[in-house]
Amino acid sequence: MAALGEGFTLCGLAPGSGGLQGIEPGGGPDRALLTDPGRSVTLYKVSDQKPLGSWTVKQGQRITCPAVCNFETGEYIAVHDSKILRIWKDEDVNLEKVFKATLSEDVYRLHSRPNMEPLVVFKTGAVRFLDALLAAPQQGIEAVISEEEVIRWTEVCLEAEQTVLVLITEKDGDYCLYVQKLNPSSLLKYKLKSEVEKSIPLSFTASLKNKIVTLQALYSSGCVYKSLVSLHQPGTEEEQVLPKSLLLKLPVSSPALERAALAALDDTHIAVLAALPSQNNDTKDCLRVWNTQFQTLQTSKELPQGTSGQLWCYEGKLYVVHGKTLSVIPYQCESSSLSSALGKLKDVSISEAKMVSSVNWNAFLEGGSELKQLQQSSPVKTDSKRSLRSQKSSVAKVEPKKNEQLLEDLKTVSLSCIEQKLQPIFSNMAESNSQITAGQIATILVSRCAVEPTFYPRDALIQLVQTRQLSYSLCPNLMTIALEKTDVRILQRCLQQFPDIPEAVTCACLKTFLSMSNTILQGASIDVGSVVCYIDTAQEDRADAAMEVVQNGFSPIPMGEDSCDVQLVQKPEVTDAKQLCPVNMKRAALLNAVLVSAYSDTFVLPHLKDLSAQQVLLFLQYLQYLYVKCTENVSTTLPGVDVPNVNQIMDWISLLLDAHFTVIVMLPEAKGLLTSLHKFVRAQVKFYSELNKIEGSLQELQKATHRHQPPGQYSIEVLELV
Amino acid sequence: MGEFQVHRVRFFHLLPSGIRCMDYSGLSDRLALARLDGSVELYNLAANCFQEKVFPGNESRSTEAICWAAECRLFTAGLSGDILEYDLHNLCIKYSLNGFGGPIWSMAANRSGTHLAIGCEDGSVKLFQVLPEKIQYETSLDRQKGRILSLAWHPAASHIVTGSIDMIRVLDVKTGHAVRRIAVDRSKMGMQNRECVVWGVAFLSSGTLVSADSAGKVQFWDSEKGTLIQTHQVTNVDVLALSVSQNEDSLVVGTSEGTVFQFQLVPVRTGETARRWVRTKPFRHHTHDVRTVVHGPSTIISGGLDSQLVIRPLMEKVESKTYDAALRKFVFPHRRLVSCAQKAKLLLFQFPQYLELWRLGKTEAVGKHDEVLPISRSQEHLLQLKKKGPEHICCSAISPCGSWISYATPSRLYVHRLQYENGVSISKMPRLLYSAHQILFSADSTKLFVASDRVSVHMFKLSETGCKHVHTFQAKSGSAEATCLLAASADGNWLAAASLDLEINVYSVKLLKHHCTLPVYKCPVTALAIQPMSNNLIIAYSDQQLFEFSIQEKQYSTWCRKVQQHGLHRDWRERDTPITNITFNPSQPAHILLHDTYSLCIIDKTLPLPDDKTPLLNQAALRNLSEGARKAHSHAFKISKKFQPLLFMELLDEGTLVVVERPLTDIQAQLPPPVRQKKFGT
Repeated sequence: MAALGEGFTLCGLAPGSGGLQGIEPGGGPDRALLTDPGRSVTLYKVSDQKPLGSWTVKQGQRITCPAVCNFETGEYIAVHDSKILRIWKDEDVNLEKVFKATLSEDVYRLHSRPNMEPLVVFKTGAVRFLDALLAAPQQGIEAVISEEEVIRWTEVCLEAEQTVLVLITEKDGDYCLYVQKLNPSSLLKYKLKSEVEKSIPLSFTASLKNKIVTLQALYSSGCVYKSLVSLHQPGTEEEQVLPKSLLLKLPVSSPALERAALAALDDTHIAVLAALPSQNNDTKDCLRVWNTQFQTLQTSKELPQGTSGQLWCYEGKLYVVHGKTLSVIPYQCESSSLSSALGKLKDVSISEAKMVSSVNWNAFLEGGSELKQLQQSSPVKTDSKRSLRSQKSSVAKVEPKKNEQLLEDLKTVSLSCIEQKLQPIFSNMAESNSQITAGQIATILVSRCAVEPTFYPRDALIQLVQTRQLSYSLCPNLMTIALEKTDVRILQRCLQQFPDIPEAVTCACLKTFLSMSNTILQGASIDVGSVVCYIDTAQEDRADAAMEVVQNGFSPIPMGEDSCDVQLVQKPEVTDAKQLCPVNMKRAALLNAVLVSAYSDTFVLPHLKDLSAQQVLLFLQYLQYLYVKCTENVSTTLPGVDVPNVNQIMDWISLLLDAHFTVIVMLPEAKGLLTSLHKFVRAQVKFYSELNKIEGSLQELQKATHRHQPPGQYSIEVLELV
Repeated sequence: MGEFQVHRVRFFHLLPSGIRCMDYSGLSDRLALARLDGSVELYNLAANCFQEKVFPGNESRSTEAICWAAECRLFTAGLSGDILEYDLHNLCIKYSLNGFGGPIWSMAANRSGTHLAIGCEDGSVKLFQVLPEKIQYETSLDRQKGRILSLAWHPAASHIVTGSIDMIRVLDVKTGHAVRRIAVDRSKMGMQNRECVVWGVAFLSSGTLVSADSAGKVQFWDSEKGTLIQTHQVTNVDVLALSVSQNEDSLVVGTSEGTVFQFQLVPVRTGETARRWVRTKPFRHHTHDVRTVVHGPSTIISGGLDSQLVIRPLMEKVESKTYDAALRKFVFPHRRLVSCAQKAKLLLFQFPQYLELWRLGKTEAVGKHDEVLPISRSQEHLLQLKKKGPEHICCSAISPCGSWISYATPSRLYVHRLQYENGVSISKMPRLLYSAHQILFSADSTKLFVASDRVSVHMFKLSETGCKHVHTFQAKSGSAEATCLLAASADGNWLAAASLDLEINVYSVKLLKHHCTLPVYKCPVTALAIQPMSNNLIIAYSDQQLFEFSIQEKQYSTWCRKVQQHGLHRDWRERDTPITNITFNPSQPAHILLHDTYSLCIIDKTLPLPDDKTPLLNQAALRNLSEGARKAHSHAFKISKKFQPLLFMELLDEGTLVVVERPLTDIQAQLPPPVRQKKFGT
């Protein structure tokens, strides 16, 4: 991120001067050479905000271009009255008495860079090194640009002995770019065209890198364009149009910018000084730093007192005329990257995608204990240690090999062999932390299942799940395969064991459980667990009958008759869901597995919508049955272990009603169920509100008995000290 | 182990008087405290804040100011216009001197203690020179308008600052002229034109004045220029008291709301030398007006109308975060105000102005632990005996048989004989002109022992016709301090007397001679008793140590040595309040019954002593154990905290105890309503 620092004032400006003629680096660190629009040149030490020297030309004369410092000699150079060149040193006081050279042509600008002889740019577009010019001040100067053309901006770029002068000229609203190479001199000329009508370039920056001149131009439309000019191109006489690319579009409120200035801070950051709309929609002069790579505004600083539209940038500081003062604003640019902008700086080291070679920690641990035992038993410590170390390392080496071999085998061996091979591993796994091994085995087996339609090692998979080493994320395809094969036994186990099943899979399981036909269910060997405790086996048959009805798409008991409220009131036994469980024991056991599994209701809700109306109804009936069962005893729990508790049941009821509210309301079969559920819930609410009252009374009673505590003025009590 | 029927008495309506003023003497580490009823108390802060000496009050006195001067001499001044000096040895007033300026509102001694300045009703500040054995009027500074409600010396004793209504003045001690006059801003929210009373002033050596006023402001002034430096509006009600620490970097103020604020002189920024006064900590331990605050070297001490003395250690000044850092509150006197006639089951309550005699009730029922028994005969108020004259009662006693009552004021000793045939009749005995600090009847009610001045104990013989002075026991040491505690043996042979200079003498009553003197311990004695069978003297000291001294053998008993070797349990040593009464169970010679304000304890000398790892309070835990396991876990200290705050406990007969409680809520109910404060949500 780029940031603008706290600005400070370098100096005040004469009122009405309308800015400065220029600021140039002052021949040393922290020095700046200011040329005001009138007659004087002042050298400042920037950080001290202190002038070091000031020079003025005679009354009547005018300095016509910014004074520069010759870095090689430490002299200062200025031009007054366009043609008269003055060169002086720090100790000189009076400009009248310093070196003077009168030139034959008007000077446009002086350019000076460290490690470069100063350049004099004439208004004709010609350029001379200072020394060469001073050798013969009155030498004739050729005209590079046509007479009608006016220079708008010049810049000198320097790269490895190569000096390039970039010139922008204007002629009746048409802008041209000249790139002049010096030593050997050559000239490239381009025409600048603006896309938008009446959009004129306002400010430019140029830089040279790898023999390519980069020109950035800010147009009055608010666009910043970038153009590349290669120095390798041969100079041609014919005019080319400079190709340009849009770098950035500034938000501009008024139709066009009047004054704006651009400064390149580094490769990707530019500073723009312009009257831009601020947050409050009023246009104010402000200084903004943009990242051109990501087109993001990095920082902004309002300059409420107005600016002259001039911006200079030297040594990490921006110079802006702010009101009647010259402000210096230090800046910092750190290179931005998208990942850092998003807070996700990419880790340099790429993690190995390879499968982790598994380690039998058991073997390690056993080895460790052996080591201890041996150390205790054998008096010759060094020996035992040495032998053991080798033994230990051999264990460590051998074990992964063994496992790798096993994993290889699993990919090929037959169904019957698999069990044999895995048996020792399972027995080991129960007490060790070998999630990785379990995951690898499961992945191999499941992928084989996917490839070979006949291959399905159910027992091995169940045993794998039973080890409690597996989780959903270790082998996501396991449940998918089981769902495909409708292997409810594995699904039940997974639901009971895995802590991280996605809600979509949970819902898919639920759907499978609800839609399974009874015949398949009868065939499946399912651990019914504690379901026996609350589903009367005597009712099994009837429940089955009910199930058959569901299978036929017809509604079970409560909806047997076309129900309405009156009838329901009259025939309470019809709605009496307490008596009959709507599902048989096996299905109940499966559904319980879903009920007790972990889920998040936001994620489960959309998937619940996949259930069909009949499935919803059946599930709701079962939930109601459980709910009623729960409330039969005081502790509101179902008997047995691994059974859903009342909160889980109620959560699922709410979820189901949420997901299928419209469907249930529309379904005629559901009417009776809903009514009975509503009645029951209402009764419960009443019951609990009664409990509330009792609780309140008891609390008061408690308070009252507590208040009795302070005895009266006199009492006789018994105290026993034991 | 011990099951008792406890007569739980809550009809002793003692109302401690509010605290008016305090002064701390760094030299002796003692705090002098004057109450609204004119009584003055001395607390020995070095000896676990024990209330060492009490000067009874007087209806004709009202103390407004108290101060220490010239090497631990104590002076008070009040609205009677007199300055009093106290005799700290014999607990009486040495002399009084009229200031001739009307009621005295304020008094302060200069730092060297050579002069006293009093601020009078007539607006004058008078200086008294403190001479050995007396004080002498020296000069009167220029009289100003309005009473001088507060005054303070400059540490260099060159100037005195006075506070009166709406005005602070600086007086030059040499010339006597007022050199500066500062008007204090009256304006206060709501009440525009109420006068502003400057309740407290202080003069810092830098020349800064500090004032606390009734508009709730604490202000800092420049005494040179008379300009205001800083204002802190600490409250909307009065700021009543002000005290500055010795090194002048911290000060405390007390307000009518019961809040104490600390101000500290802290650097404006870290590392800078410029410092300013900043309000740092509020303390709220009082419910009513804080009339006085004292900034001790490491504590803030405050007292007020709610009669609580609060000693709050400043955590930054306390090095060890242990018991020393605990907040201490004192409400009740550290001495007995109740005496009991065991045989007659009577209780005598001592109030400052009168005595009350009550007969205890009866019950026929028996019960288990924690049960309240039905009362078959309720308590009976037999007598209220008002004292004569303005002086308050300083001590009282009832004989074990219940037929004699004796009490004393600072100047006189009274003995009354009671007869209980159809009602109570009282017959007066001739008044005796003896000073009494404690009165004790012998176990057979035939003798009266009176602890008196100069380590003497007077013995009177009681008969139906009157009481006759028989003998005066005088210690060999010839110390000037008064005797303060007495204990007589049940067989009537021995008398133990502890004096204020920490000396304990044992006299033989039969032979009328001095028997022995105990080794002197560093702390004051808080309770003293002689065990009936063994004639061992049990002594409780203010640092919570217990000693047992065998009178026959003239040495500490083996149990005592064992206790001292083993050390007492930390929780026992860190109790807040001193043991004020020790008694014994005749049927259990190994038991010692004692109590402080918050616990009742039976010490079984046969059981092992607890160490710091085992909990001292183990009654609840033991109760859950089986009989066998109890034996293994029980230790010598059996403590019940059921009765709180406990003013008195005595064994009536075997298996019957009487405890006198005075619940704090009952005291608070008697206080005037506190300043109403806006509480959130009301």
